[in-house]
Amino acid sequence: MKYVDEFRDPEKAKTLSREIRHLVAGIARAKQRPLQIMEVCGGHTHAIFRYGIAQLLPDEIEFVHGPGCPVCVLPMGRVDDCVALAELPHVIFATFGDAIRVPGSKKSLLKAKADGADVRMVYSPLDALKLARDNPDREVIFFGLGFETTMPSTAMTVLQAKAENLTNFSLFCNHITIIPTIKAILDSPDLHLDGFLGPGHVSMVIGLRSYEFIAEHYRKPITISGFEPLDVLHSVWMVIKQIAEGRAEVENQYGRIVPRNGNEIALAAVDRVFETREFFEWRGLGSIDHSGVRVREEFAEFDAERKFSVPNLKIADPKACQCGEVLKGVIKPQQCKVFGTACTPEMPLGSLMVSTEGACAAYYNYGRIDTTGLKKRAPSEATLVTTEGAP
Amino acid sequence: MSDQAPEKTVPGQTGLRRRTGKVRDTHINLAHGSGGKAMRDLIEDVFLGAFDNPVLAAMEDQAVFTLAELAKHGDRLAFTTDTFVVDPLFFPGGDIGTLAVAGTVNDLAMSGAVPLYLSCGMVLEEGLSVEVLRRVVASMQRTAKLAGVMIVTGDTKVVERGAADKSFLNTAGVGVVPKGVEISARNAREGDAVIVNGYLGDHGTAILIARNQLGVECGIASDCQPLGSLVAAMLAVCPEIHCMRDATRGGVATVLNEFAESSNVAIRLNEAALPLREEVKGACEILGLDPLYLANEGKLVAIVPREKADQVLAAMRAHPAGEHAAIIGEVAEEPAGVVVLHTAFGGQRIVDMLVGEQLPRIC
Amino acid sequence: MCLGIPGQIVEIINEDMKLAMVDVGGVRRAVNVAFIVNEAHPVSACLGDWVLVHVGFAMMRIDEQEAAATLALLREMGEYQAEIDSMKTSDLSTGAPS
Repeated sequence: MKYVDEFRDPEKAKTLSREIRHLVAGIARAKQRPLQIMEVCGGHTHAIFRYGIAQLLPDEIEFVHGPGCPVCVLPMGRVDDCVALAELPHVIFATFGDAIRVPGSKKSLLKAKADGADVRMVYSPLDALKLARDNPDREVIFFGLGFETTMPSTAMTVLQAKAENLTNFSLFCNHITIIPTIKAILDSPDLHLDGFLGPGHVSMVIGLRSYEFIAEHYRKPITISGFEPLDVLHSVWMVIKQIAEGRAEVENQYGRIVPRNGNEIALAAVDRVFETREFFEWRGLGSIDHSGVRVREEFAEFDAERKFSVPNLKIADPKACQCGEVLKGVIKPQQCKVFGTACTPEMPLGSLMVSTEGACAAYYNYGRIDTTGLKKRAPSEATLVTTEGAP
Repeated sequence: MSDQAPEKTVPGQTGLRRRTGKVRDTHINLAHGSGGKAMRDLIEDVFLGAFDNPVLAAMEDQAVFTLAELAKHGDRLAFTTDTFVVDPLFFPGGDIGTLAVAGTVNDLAMSGAVPLYLSCGMVLEEGLSVEVLRRVVASMQRTAKLAGVMIVTGDTKVVERGAADKSFLNTAGVGVVPKGVEISARNAREGDAVIVNGYLGDHGTAILIARNQLGVECGIASDCQPLGSLVAAMLAVCPEIHCMRDATRGGVATVLNEFAESSNVAIRLNEAALPLREEVKGACEILGLDPLYLANEGKLVAIVPREKADQVLAAMRAHPAGEHAAIIGEVAEEPAGVVVLHTAFGGQRIVDMLVGEQLPRIC
Repeated sequence: MCLGIPGQIVEIINEDMKLAMVDVGGVRRAVNVAFIVNEAHPVSACLGDWVLVHVGFAMMRIDEQEAAATLALLREMGEYQAEIDSMKTSDLSTGAPS
């Protein structure tokens, strides 16, 4: 597949791996403690584990998994609100697959579906709009989840709904913004990060300028990264190079997709439909100012929060949960006291174990074996039977 | 009163009057399950007409076979059952009928058994279209014929509207395992080769797309097919196949984890060797799925001794159900109980058991 | 928030609704192209475009030159490494600078 396969080239991976080792050898402080690079975005966490990228890096580099996973930071109270909406008569609750298994205080949306609620999985908010057109006697509520990457699509869908004068479509808005989160991370006294891998698809929408405060004020290098494994490795190289050369800049590795000024049409749609909330609750991180958006008054008829009443309760995490610390990168998944014991993919306590890009799930499903020595074994040492490859 | 042993009959040569055309109803109603004339008409018209073999046609309450006849195929009986509740009933590449026959035939075949006879139990929802039922039954017969098995006994029940989702189908099957064939999940040994018989993930992708409002169009069809004769071809060159299972729900990843755990070995997979159609790759990319966990309904995973791997592969590729067979990995000692994927990119990761169904994601 | 995949627009479905058909490895899905059109590049001009697809929208046209530049940079890095390697080995074999 074009623009995909080229960025999974193992030969270029080997090249980058060598260059990174070479650079790291020249960084004095890397000898005292590993360089800590935070990948903000859950999609990068997923890529790192899925392709085994950590094994291609020297021990002097460590990934710290950031909170950029919109499912992971969904508070239980909001899941309860989703379930309450889904259980209303006449409602079709449309959601992305990612959210369907996140546990609320009583149940997940999947369980609500099993109990009789009409919960439908969709790929696009436009599919939810189609459900509204096709089912005029039902109320379709779309669960809008995600960062700035997905906000424009939801906004455009609301604009389309308005243009069509639909009366049975609304949005339960849980869109969140990335910049306040990064700032909260940088302000956290528990963290000592050396650099960042920035979110490539959020940046495709918002551009590069918003990150300048990281370089200028906090003096940390940040490279906006694509999502193929070569992109991630390349970005790591760029960050390490910045550290080696004593620079702290905003760099763009994902130039084929991310323009400096972002996508103006997308930003305009977002601005028309949404306004910033004063504060928003993030699971594990508490309340963060200006980190969420809500539907503007002008589009009130498409706002599920105004149209329906939801419990809107703040539910505390289970006592044993250390999701917050993992989200902030303070501890690694396997350092959480309940990782793999009380909290597993079968019986998740927290959303980091449910979401496919949650650090805990990724670690449990893909990387757990690292602790038993897989990382030490270079790929070339394992000789594989390959009489004939795939046809 | 009636003939007990299934003589060498070929379906269609039973000399019975054709019974089609008796059922005039367009939809199933409760009378069709009540044991009276309506039910008998349904059975004679829809079921006997399609399945058409002397054992079934005798309309006894049971099918009886001589042990001597069975012993011609081997020395142990294999017996399995499965219930099919697939939604939607019809999907690209098959339907609940194809699945019901192929699924049970394959469960038998995975032990090395020659699949011989199936039973068919149906629970029909009141209101189900008779035409739909005829189509399902026709699929069952077509698949049974392809697999060389007979559907020799069955049962039909009708439940009220809403008590079943259109149709629930159970098939149980018996087969005979040839002497000397000992296939078990515990038999994998270091050095063994891991082989699959073709493209992975077709069925899971087709069903996911057919079932949800994902708006994705593609030419992917289910790979549903019986594997009995493929297995026979494999055993002919390698009677000592160590492990074999069909990679249905949970995909290849689940089967390999089962082998790794039961045999207490490691299984190392080579990502570049996995046979995948372009469209399945494309669908997985758009929807965020991992093909290793997608269901298959015509794919097996076999673990064979290294020195026999090339021969087995050749025998598979010579068979229509194994045209795109490939060696995808090997068995190692460490880390025991774990499946490791060597990514095409150069890294490694574990392939764990999946919890629940794999769902499309946008993150 | 990140699952975006490159695909090519192979058909314009409805210019008014800004809908086009994108192809990803042989799999097709209708996408909204509102974010990638403007006066200079209307809906009809999108045919053949390579775009980044996310939740049913074409979010951005792929900059083919930038893609090529990134790959070229990495390729050159590899070539440079290979050169250094071969210089080292020839030093060893001849005992003299090559």
